[in-house]
Amino acid sequence: MTIMIDTGNYIAAKAAVMAKPDVVAAYPITPQTTLVEGIANYQESGEFKGEYICVESEHSVMSACIGASATGVRTFTGTSSHGLLLMHEMLHWAALARLPIVMCNINRVIGPGWNIWADENDSISQRDTGWIQFYCSSNQEIFDTIIQSFKLAENKKILLPVMINYNAFILSHTSMPVEIPTQQEVDNFLPKRKPHWELDIDNPITFGNIIGPTHYEKVRRAMQDAHECAKELIPKIAKEWKERFGRYHGDLIESYRCNDAEYIVLAMGAIGAESKVAIDELREENINVGLARIRTFRPFPKEEIIKLGKQADLIVIDRNISAGSGGVLFNEVKSSLYNEMDTDTKVSGFIAGLGGKDVTYKDIELMCQKVIEGKAKTHEWYGFNREEV
Amino acid sequence: MKRYNVVTSISYPKIGAMGKTGRWRVFKPVLDKTKCVNCLRCWIFCPEGSIKRNKDDTVSIDYEYCKGCGICANECKVKAITMEREESK
Repeated sequence: MTIMIDTGNYIAAKAAVMAKPDVVAAYPITPQTTLVEGIANYQESGEFKGEYICVESEHSVMSACIGASATGVRTFTGTSSHGLLLMHEMLHWAALARLPIVMCNINRVIGPGWNIWADENDSISQRDTGWIQFYCSSNQEIFDTIIQSFKLAENKKILLPVMINYNAFILSHTSMPVEIPTQQEVDNFLPKRKPHWELDIDNPITFGNIIGPTHYEKVRRAMQDAHECAKELIPKIAKEWKERFGRYHGDLIESYRCNDAEYIVLAMGAIGAESKVAIDELREENINVGLARIRTFRPFPKEEIIKLGKQADLIVIDRNISAGSGGVLFNEVKSSLYNEMDTDTKVSGFIAGLGGKDVTYKDIELMCQKVIEGKAKTHEWYGFNREEV
Repeated sequence: MKRYNVVTSISYPKIGAMGKTGRWRVFKPVLDKTKCVNCLRCWIFCPEGSIKRNKDDTVSIDYEYCKGCGICANECKVKAITMEREESK
């Protein structure tokens, strides 16, 4: 094991290369650029021995990944924001074809107005594509989750693509020390992919052919079943990782000081990490508050959220908004609790940090205090001022 | 042939996997063998493999699967293939 001090993107490049993908297809976009540059550097140095396909758009990126993955090889890519949106059609394709592609998405604002900072609307708007979605809150978690994701994606009960999300700049361009296992240790944890089916010129098949409603319904149901299986497998893989490498970032959620909490903050990504500081500060003032950081948005940790709802009032922070409705995590948390509660649990929601607006631990403390003092509306925009220019 | 037990849509190649596609036809290619020079352009361009190449490089049309797209008639340099409306069945 060595310690590497580097940015989220370069750490992601290191993890991707150590997972030994046979094919990487990529198109650069800020703030993902240094990730794919990093992999290109590893190719130049000879550390990355796979095929690197440079294409003309993100739609082609995902198409190339689909083609490569269908031949049975391990496939990786990364994108961000508008790049992810341009892939949208092929994201559905990859998931319905059950191809275990692993992709990093660096959460960035969607324009206009043009802006490159952190915002989760890009990946949240890919919620229904069938991809497993992780949200990371440290560079170490990025490294560990990428390696774990290949193992998860390629499991024969899962066979789903995985999207690993982390916030633009806050993680992608910020250096942190990260423990890097040896190549041998990674190889032992993650053997070569054994494809479930493959395009092979000696045994020709077509994929993505026409099927009738009855068969199509089975394809959709199998995808739903795979997500249910992932709920069981994600904790198992996290446990195995902990046993081998001594590190653990949580299962579907990461619980922090939740045991006796009367209020629990639910957040994702970088806000999830910042919340830990806020929880510590509030605990100093004898306020019993904890954090449940959502690691997997798909599959959604419904059962865990019901448990939390039975214990405490919930405070949900969304760095996204479904216009015309509200914060997406807030809505999903409420829908998970409906018909499941015999308590009078209150759920409060805040929209915060859109467009990369900084959300500090002080802000999170103020949100909590507002809820605890009964001054918060059910759902509000934190710190929003219409008059401000 | 290798068979897979999968949870997505794949299919194995066989003749007529999509049914008798010749029924889709509105116009039918008719080959005039007296004009045909056996250049095989129709055989190369047919997107459905419905032009049969015989051992002596003459061609014939497989009406079971020909959809009547007309590409063969369009490509034929000696106008040996004409498209004729199918009679109502």
